Amino acid sequence: MKDVNLGNFSFTGIERGEISDLRTLDASDKHRILYAGVDLNACDGSAVFMHMDQSTVHCKSHDPGLELLDFNVAMKRYGDLPEYAWKLVDRDKDEFTRNVAENTHGGYFIRTRPGAKIEKPVQSCLFLKADGAGQNVHNIVVVEEGSELHIMTGCSTAHSATKAAHLGITEYYVKRGGKLTFTMVHNWGENATVRPRSVGVVEEGGVFQSNYVLLNPVGTLQMYPAIHLNGRGAVARFNSIIVTPEGSHVDSGNRVIMNAPDTRCEIISRTITTGGVNIARGHIAGHAVPCRGHLECKGLILGGGQMLAIPELDATVEGVDLSHEAAVGKIAQDEIEYLMARGMDEAEATSTIVRGFLNVDIMGLDGPLAQAIQEQVEQIDAGAM
Amino acid sequence: MLKIEDLHVSIGEREVLRGIDLHIKEGETFILFGPNGSGKTSLLMTLMGFSGYAVTSGRITFRGQDITRMPMFERARLGIGMSFQRPPTIHGLKTRHLVQMCARGRDIDPEALAAKVNFVDFLERDINAGFSGGEIKRSELLQLMAQKPGLVLFDEPESGVDLENMQLIGKVVRRLLDGEVEPLPGLSMKAQKGKVRTSGLIITHTGYILDYINADRGQVLYQGHLCCEARPRDILEHIRSYGYQECIKCLNEPSGLQPLEITRTAS
Ligand SMILES: Nc1ncnc2c1ncn2[C@@H]1O[C@H](COP(=O)(O)OP(=O)(O)OP(=O)(O)O)[C@@H](O)[C@H]1O
Ligand SMILES: [Mg+2]
Repeated sequence: MKDVNLGNFSFTGIERGEISDLRTLDASDKHRILYAGVDLNACDGSAVFMHMDQSTVHCKSHDPGLELLDFNVAMKRYGDLPEYAWKLVDRDKDEFTRNVAENTHGGYFIRTRPGAKIEKPVQSCLFLKADGAGQNVHNIVVVEEGSELHIMTGCSTAHSATKAAHLGITEYYVKRGGKLTFTMVHNWGENATVRPRSVGVVEEGGVFQSNYVLLNPVGTLQMYPAIHLNGRGAVARFNSIIVTPEGSHVDSGNRVIMNAPDTRCEIISRTITTGGVNIARGHIAGHAVPCRGHLECKGLILGGGQMLAIPELDATVEGVDLSHEAAVGKIAQDEIEYLMARGMDEAEATSTIVRGFLNVDIMGLDGPLAQAIQEQVEQIDAGAM
Repeated sequence: MLKIEDLHVSIGEREVLRGIDLHIKEGETFILFGPNGSGKTSLLMTLMGFSGYAVTSGRITFRGQDITRMPMFERARLGIGMSFQRPPTIHGLKTRHLVQMCARGRDIDPEALAAKVNFVDFLERDINAGFSGGEIKRSELLQLMAQKPGLVLFDEPESGVDLENMQLIGKVVRRLLDGEVEPLPGLSMKAQKGKVRTSGLIITHTGYILDYINADRGQVLYQGHLCCEARPRDILEHIRSYGYQECIKCLNEPSGLQPLEITRTAS
C-alpha cells in the first residue's frame, strides 16, 4: 500500500452551501460527474444526494418508500443510530476510520420501508472540488425486510489534477429477503487519495450485488469491502472493472464471509493496467455448509505496469465448495487479426476485445452511464497503443 | 477482380509459395486443390494479409489496386472476406455485436441473416466460445453475409460438417457467390443478380462443395506451385483415380502448366 500523509490535506473549513437544483452546477463539474456515472441533468432518481468537499449540498427523497438523510442529521434524529453506526466498521481500524469518526463531514443515511420495492435508483454523488481538500463521509444503507433498492454512487474530483483525499465509511444492512444493488463508479485523478472502508451484513434470503467501475487514473486507492452472509440462503455478488493507467496505484479487492448454510457468492474482477500498479485481491471464507463461492480475477497488461493477483479461499468446515480462477495475460494477436479481417482497424479491434474482456455488459447498465463507460474504454486503448 | 503475379511467400525461413500466378475474374469461382502442406491455406492467409506470411516477391492486385502491402482491415474494406478455419474465441463479444460490426454501418437485420444459417440462438453467445466445427462454419458464413465481400476466401467449407449441414452450408455459399441478397424494391431479381457479382476462391479436398456451386475453374497447388488447370470436377476425378503424384509429372512437363487432358493421355 502506498503511504498516505493525511497532514497534506485540509479536513476543515471547506464548507459548501445547499444546492437545491443540481442542474445549476458548472458544466465541467457535471461532465466529470457524468463520467462517474451520475447524470445531473436528468436527476430523476428515487432520491438524490450530493456531498461536495465537506458538506452535504443536496439531499432529497422523491419516493415515500425511501428515507434519505444527511448522516449527521440522522445521527442527531436517531440518537446516534446505535443499531447501525460503527457497528460493522471499527472506528479504530486505522488512521482513516479514526479521522472520519473524529470529524464526520456528512454522507448519507438511506433506509427503505419494509417490503418497499424502490423502482428508480438512488443517485448519489460524492464530489471533491477544492484543491487540497480532505473529505470524511460516513454512509449507512438499511434495506428493510423484503425491500429492494438500487444505489448509484458516483465519486469524482472536479479536475483530473485536483489534489484531494476521500475517506469514506459505508455500512450496509440487508435485512431478511431484501435486495441491494450498489453500483459505484469512480472518476478520480492522479493526485487523489482514496480510502473507502465498507462492510455489510446480509440476513436470510437477502441479496447484495455490487458493481464497481474505475477507468480513470487515481493516485492511490486502497479498499477491501467485506460482506458477511449471516442468514440462510443469503447471496453476494461483486463485479469489478478496474483500469490503472501510469501513475495509478490501486489495491482493491472484495471479501465475502459465508456464515450460514445455503449461502452463495461470486466475486468477478476484470483489471487492465496500462502502466500503473494493480493489486487485485479476493477472499472468500466458508464457515457453514452447504455454501458455494467462486472467485474470478482476470487481468491484462497493455503496455506496462504491474498486476498482482491475490486470491484467497478460507474454508473451516467440511463440505464447503469454493473455487478461484486467476489469470494475467495480453490481447492475443489472432483475436486482433480476426477482427481486422472483418474490416476493423487495429484500434477498433483492440477496443472491441478490451470491451469484451472488461465484461461491461454483465452489469446491465444502460443510458448515459453505459455510453460514458464505452467512451472511456475507447480512450484506454488509444493511450495504450 | 483478383490478380496474383509471381507471388513468393515465406513463413520464417521457409518458402511456402514459389511463384504463383492466378487471375480470378469478377463473378468467377476458382477451386484450389492440393495435398496437405502444399500451401493452400498459406495462399489464402497471404491474400487476406496475415502477419507471418512474408511476400518476398511478386504482386497481388484486387479491384485494380495493388494490395500486396496493404493492411488486412483495408483489404477487408475493399471487399475481401475470409472464412476462418479455426477462429479464436473472444470472450464478452456477442456474435450479434460482431455481425453488426461486419456490416460496417450498413443497415442489416442480424436476426434475418442468422435465420438463413440456422443461427438465431447463437446471437447472444460469445463469438466462437465452445462452437462446434459445423457451428463455426455457420458463424463464419453469417459474418460474411453481413460483410458482403466481393471476393470470398473459403478454406475447406466441408471440414467437420455433417451431411445435413453440408447442404445448408452449400446453399448459403452459393447464395453468397450468386450475390443473392434481400430483394430490393424496384428492381427485378434478375436485374439485381446482374448487379452483384461475387468471386470465390475455395479450397477443397473432398469436392462436396462442388455439388452446390457453379465453379468455373480449378487448379492444383503442389509444393508451392500451381499446376493442372482444368474444370474442378475433372481435377477431382483425376486426383481420385491417380492421386497427386500425377501433378509431379505434370510439373515436369516442359511448360509445367499443361492442361489436365494432355497429362491424362500422356500418362
Ligand atoms: N506458422 C508456421 N510456421 C512454420 N511453418 C508453417 C506455418 N504455417 C504453415 N507452415 C508450413 O507451410 C506449409 C504449407 O502449409 P499450409 O497450411 O498452407 O498447407 P495446406 O495446403 O493448407 O495444407 P492442408 O491441406 O493440410 O490444410 C506446410 O509445410 C506447413 O507446415
Ligand atoms: Mg490448409
